[in-house]
Amino acid sequence: MKDVAVVGVGCVGFRPVTPELSYKELMFEAAMRAYEDAGVNPRKDIDAFITCAEDYWEGFSIFDEFVPDQLGAVLKHLFTVSADGLFGLITAYMLIKTGHFDIVAVEAHSKASDILTYEGIVNFAFDPIFNRPLGGHPYYVAGMEMNRYLCETGTTLEQCAMVAVKNKRNALANPHACYGANITVKDVLCSECQFYPLKKLEISPLSDGCIVTVLASEDVATKLTDKPVWIRGVGWCTETPCLETRDWGRAVYTELAAEMAYKTAGIKNPVKEIDFAEVCDMFAYKELQHLEALKLCRRGEAGNLVEEGVTQRDGELPVNPSGGMLGMGYALEASGLQRVLEAVLQLRGEAGKRQLPEVETGVVQTWRGIPTATGAVVVLSK
Amino acid sequence: MSEKIKEYPGHRIKTADLRAGLVPLIRYKPEAKFAFSAGAAMSRFLEELKNGRILASVCKKCGRIMVPPRTFCEICFKPVDDYTYVKDTGKINTYSVSFIAADASRVKEPTIVAVIELDGASPGMGILHKIGEIDWKEVKFGMRVKAVWKPPEQREGAITDIKYFKPLKEGEE
Ligand SMILES: [Zn+2]
Repeated sequence: MKDVAVVGVGCVGFRPVTPELSYKELMFEAAMRAYEDAGVNPRKDIDAFITCAEDYWEGFSIFDEFVPDQLGAVLKHLFTVSADGLFGLITAYMLIKTGHFDIVAVEAHSKASDILTYEGIVNFAFDPIFNRPLGGHPYYVAGMEMNRYLCETGTTLEQCAMVAVKNKRNALANPHACYGANITVKDVLCSECQFYPLKKLEISPLSDGCIVTVLASEDVATKLTDKPVWIRGVGWCTETPCLETRDWGRAVYTELAAEMAYKTAGIKNPVKEIDFAEVCDMFAYKELQHLEALKLCRRGEAGNLVEEGVTQRDGELPVNPSGGMLGMGYALEASGLQRVLEAVLQLRGEAGKRQLPEVETGVVQTWRGIPTATGAVVVLSK
Repeated sequence: MSEKIKEYPGHRIKTADLRAGLVPLIRYKPEAKFAFSAGAAMSRFLEELKNGRILASVCKKCGRIMVPPRTFCEICFKPVDDYTYVKDTGKINTYSVSFIAADASRVKEPTIVAVIELDGASPGMGILHKIGEIDWKEVKFGMRVKAVWKPPEQREGAITDIKYFKPLKEGEE
């Protein structure tokens, strides 16, 4: 079977608010940049389009009906993947692997600033009989998970805070990141304790933006670009939705998604074969938990990695050189494609001030946020 | 149903049982509020409605005059930056007469809803709105209609600044 590559990326954002643009205008801008980057005409060259959207984030029923115009997909083949953008990318990969599609575009966006009742929408994802009646801000789930993770692994509060410090500092070098800051561990630990033991500065704020990626089959990709970024492995997994039954200390969904992705990619020793990682850090501790699930270190060791500077941009295993979600903001279903965007730019050598030297292979991971236990992993190579 | 089972045991749930609360049901009203950014093109469109004008955008490549206006042409996939006005008159492309209200109750005065091809806009461009000042049986395909606007001081930059479209008599503009 032929390989699949990312041949184009386009991004608008990310910013805390975008009142001057409609979601359609946001998507059109990102799509235009991606198609320009890939050197394709969507009206002629692209075989299928995937939009990644959840109706409840959008405030529309059947949101994909509103998508074709701004992606150049009118009277073409478009559908929704109701999940994070990384699941859309994986779906596009599979479409191309069938041999029936040569070029597929994947779009994911966030217009979170249009949502007036964010907590209400997240609460709507809870079990209506057993959990929802308890009410409260849904992020207490993250507090409980962090607490159990720290208890099981011995990771310290300081180590979690270091993730926020690192990522916000990385974001200062990323023009697509709006939450860059030069802060200290003390700033993080002294910020408001919102969901014990989770502090305010360890929580990714919402952001608006859009990313479009263009994928192509091997033959087409090599014709379109000298810098294809190959999708070497993909994996995804969902644990039980039952908050009482799931594993609170480990991100099992990512362990199994990574196993699947590494198997397809033929990766036997991730520590040796992976040069950098872009992972979900929606809450600072999640970066550590996800690094362990990705087998980039042993369980309980991720805290030490950040403490020793291994995951810094100039460390042995840079993690979230983009600034992660703490730096770029939580962009709803576009979060996974934020990670892909950075990995693609790094592998092409186009990451500007934050370029990592000599990177060949990166791993990208996403989590679908509160209250899910769903994740996906993709391995990308030069 | 399995062929072996002729009848399930127990008794059927009746509407009265539901009303009496004999069947556990959890009621929940989601907190879902939004404020949609109209964006560059539609903001101008809404602003112009206050002036009693209908704004369109023009694609320089295919020449289409597009209502509602947009910042890109979905057919050419090119950015669009030219605007013009179209008339508040046009003709009925298709229509329906709704005798059922939003709550599914029967109404005495039906609502006539139509797609109106506006004068000055390209084919397939126009506005979906209500038709008034006419008995529904008189509505015809291709019938010429004109916008009936709210008084200027009542306009708020919404599609409802046009109350409805009314039929134009022959020779009227
Ligand atoms: Zn055009």
